[in-house]
Amino acid sequence: MLDAKIPSGPLDQKWTDYKGHCKLVNPANKRKLEVIIVGTGLAGASAAAALGELGYKVKAFCFQDSPRRAHSIAAQGGINAAKNYQNDGDSVFRLFYDTIKGGDYRAREANVHRLAEVSANIIDQCVAQGVPFAREYGGLLSNRSFGGTQVQRTFYAAGQTGQQLLIGAYQALERQVALGNVDMYNRHEMLEVVVIDGKARGIITRDLITGKLERHFGHCVLLCSGGYGNVFYLSTNAMGSNVTAAWKAHKAGAYFGNPCFTQIHPTCIPVSGDHQSKLTLMSESLRNDGRIWVPKKQGDNRRPNEIPEEERDYYLERRYPAFGNLVPRDVASRAAKERCDAGYGVGSSKQAVYLDYAAAIERYGKGEANKRGLDHASKEEIIAMGKDVVKEKYGNLFDMYEKITGENPYEVPMRIYPAVHYTMGGLWVDYELMTTVPGLYALGEANFSDHGANRLGASALMQGLADGYFVIPYTLGNYLADEIRTSAIPTSHAAFEAAEKSVKDRIEKLMSIKGAQTVESFHKRLGKIMWDKCGMARNSQGLQEAITEIQALKKEFWSDLRIPGEINEMNFELDKAGRVADFIELGELMCKDALDRAESCGGHFREESQTEEGEALRHDDRFMYVSAWEYKGDHNWELHKESLDYEVVKPSQRSYK
Amino acid sequence: MEHNTMNLTLKVWRQKNANDRGNFETYQVSDISSEMSFLEMFDVLNERLIREGKDPIAFDHDCREGICGMCSMYIDGKPHGPWTQNTTCQLHMRAFKDGDTIVVEPWRAKAFPVVKDLVVDRTSFDRIIQAGGYISVNTGNAVDANALPVEKEKADAAFAAAACIGCGACVAACKNSSALLFVSAKVAHLALLPQGDPERKTRVVNMVAQMDKEGFGSCTATGACEATCPKGITIENIARLNKEYMVASLTSK
Ligand SMILES: Cc1cc2nc3c(=O)[nH]c(=O)nc-3n(C[C@H](O)[C@H](O)[C@H](O)COP(=O)(O)OP(=O)(O)OC[C@H]3O[C@@H](n4cnc5c(N)ncnc54)[C@H](O)[C@@H]3O)c2cc1C
Ligand code: SF4
Ligand code: FES
Repeated sequence: MLDAKIPSGPLDQKWTDYKGHCKLVNPANKRKLEVIIVGTGLAGASAAAALGELGYKVKAFCFQDSPRRAHSIAAQGGINAAKNYQNDGDSVFRLFYDTIKGGDYRAREANVHRLAEVSANIIDQCVAQGVPFAREYGGLLSNRSFGGTQVQRTFYAAGQTGQQLLIGAYQALERQVALGNVDMYNRHEMLEVVVIDGKARGIITRDLITGKLERHFGHCVLLCSGGYGNVFYLSTNAMGSNVTAAWKAHKAGAYFGNPCFTQIHPTCIPVSGDHQSKLTLMSESLRNDGRIWVPKKQGDNRRPNEIPEEERDYYLERRYPAFGNLVPRDVASRAAKERCDAGYGVGSSKQAVYLDYAAAIERYGKGEANKRGLDHASKEEIIAMGKDVVKEKYGNLFDMYEKITGENPYEVPMRIYPAVHYTMGGLWVDYELMTTVPGLYALGEANFSDHGANRLGASALMQGLADGYFVIPYTLGNYLADEIRTSAIPTSHAAFEAAEKSVKDRIEKLMSIKGAQTVESFHKRLGKIMWDKCGMARNSQGLQEAITEIQALKKEFWSDLRIPGEINEMNFELDKAGRVADFIELGELMCKDALDRAESCGGHFREESQTEEGEALRHDDRFMYVSAWEYKGDHNWELHKESLDYEVVKPSQRSYK
Repeated sequence: MEHNTMNLTLKVWRQKNANDRGNFETYQVSDISSEMSFLEMFDVLNERLIREGKDPIAFDHDCREGICGMCSMYIDGKPHGPWTQNTTCQLHMRAFKDGDTIVVEPWRAKAFPVVKDLVVDRTSFDRIIQAGGYISVNTGNAVDANALPVEKEKADAAFAAAACIGCGACVAACKNSSALLFVSAKVAHLALLPQGDPERKTRVVNMVAQMDKEGFGSCTATGACEATCPKGITIENIARLNKEYMVASLTSK
């Protein structure tokens, strides 16, 4: 069994006790300690800023042209925090409990409680940085609700919350760059971890403009490289999001936790054709006000506005009266799939359901009319006022929908369908966010830690910033306190030499295949296997087939790939080839993990394991553990388990009825 | 949605690297669906070029949702193309019709040197932020978020300015290659909030100085930036910056 190094003592005291007793590094020594941070999304930028402020010598890396462009920028709906500003019964415990339950009892209690504890500090910090969260007329912060909860604890900045939070963290990071505490490397890709005497001591990067390989030493390495949803080819992730940094770490000894736990988000714009390069999310916040439905009649081809009220099936409200349209994501996604598979889908592909704003527009319009004392407002006036309110709340999302589909969502219901969105799995980390390689940490979406088998909406931003601003500054000190006598290791060390050589060899091997098929075509084929057999529903036979198919795909990739251009120049195809090669290997592990876990939990739905009503059925007696996979060579992994011991929460079958 | 397919002629700027002189090349693309995004049309073309053994066209992009600010094509003489308040990645082929010729270039500005094909170097924007585009508050120093109420109107205006995605289209649209819209958006965002008050004067002065140092041109108030900005950043922000700048220079030692 793996040891997560969870501090002893009562759950709500663990973090306080830890902070009171962990080792510290004095300011003079901090200046001598070098920290490498891969990634500048919410997790990486906040960690770089916070550690720079403390006085560590930080080097941060990202593959985009600026740290401000990390994928976190695209987060729309909001960030959770147990502030209880609404006086609606929220508390640290309730946020903790909702997260554990939402994760279908597959997350670690101690981590999640710590997350809930620091959530309030995050909001304070961001507001102090000038993050313009939405406010009420009284000047105080506004909240909305998200799926899987019954309180309003989500802070937001229109539909651009991730952007505003990331800009806040980016500005804090750039301030540290200006002060000389952080060196920023844009357009650099980390391609190997350097391990010396069992500890992470640096990385090898490739300059994406010149193609040059570089060696960087660090007393420790923090991976904040995001999630791997793009293993499915089509997802809501940014095009560049990839698993490479985490995968290199995995191959260098870091265990991979719960790789099969993927989140399929219920409200995305459906696929429109073969040319599709990515999918666009319509924020979960839309489920606050929008109502989801399909026609009651199979194959109903009428336009949505022609279908009368009584012929519509608001299936979420019907099946889950207590939470209605706000059930957690995994539940909402499966319900949409169930309706479409049963022949009730809408749109030309029939792979879509409606998200309807007509009722919300009317309700808000009436509210406005009341506020303004317009007792005799006409229906048109009410609708117009309602549209204005909806525009203020969700305007950018509605605009985005219109640009993509050419349809006006203020007039006709949006068509939506589930899409891959987030990966709960990631590098296994202990309570201190350290992987199984000493000195190698993983933060943000790159780790597996806090969301169990399903993440609640608005909790990823919270986790990324919690890890970076408030957790790692303490836990890293506890490690580095014992490293103050380690002087910088020259990058001429044999381990750096060997790591660079292995990167170089691999790049040359990729370039020398000179086959016929493009990187993109392999990525698409991998995505299809994953979506069909390791997507919203999985079964033993499909997963076994998928593993065989992926192994064959890997062979084909390494014998028939074509990459144009040269090594020593900007070469996006080469960058992508390395990433897709890693995705292929990861895909196999995901299927292996999904096969091992013969239960349904959260986003992982094994068809063999469901209740009579078609809900996910867990098997706590056999699967109350985190799967942590150790890489043992080509196609070969060993499973380690971390048992999940619930001291406070009593796991039960989730119910949102 | 109804959709149709079209055949198009593309004239695209090709430049091997920063030192290459560069030139336009012409490509024919066929069977392009009106449902595709502009970048998906480039994907299709690039796949073909690779199969033909040619070098694909390098262009920047990441989110493809109009928010990261990475995409940057100068399309038929307009940064981000023909639609208003839109980014290149959100432009869809519905905007064009069968038989059209489309000319695509990189952003052109001294402070944005071309790296390759349609890719430019915008790190000058990062350095402008480093000069003062932040609030100096170390982690852990913050008071309770609701201890400081902010008038909704001001908060909304700050948010509207903070919506800038740092794409640089304003610079590309300006005949002087001025970066004033970008700089003013950040100055306004932080000046409108009480948290930004203590550093108001140094911020605007230092950011403007850095902007000049990077080689951006001066603003002659043509308004081309505002008309192009994908996020609707208005030139009111420039007026605010000018005011901030004047107050700062009048009251500094
Ligand atoms: C469309 C969308 C909307 C979302 N909305 C919400 C929301 O409303 N609320 C919420 O809580 N969550 C939301 N999420 C989830 C959330 O945005 C992400 O989980 C979170 O932002 C991840 O942050 P991160 O810092 O871990 O990684 P990222 O932001 O993905 O950053 C990864 C960083 O790593 C760098 N990197 C990666 N690999 C390498 C390498 N090999 N070398 C160098 N650099 C590398 C990248 O350049 C980047 O800087 C949303 C996600 C999507 C896709
Ligand atoms: S002001 Fe507008 S055009 Fe200029 S960088 Fe910002 S978003 Fe782009
Ligand atoms: S690719 Fe992100 S804004 Fe266009």
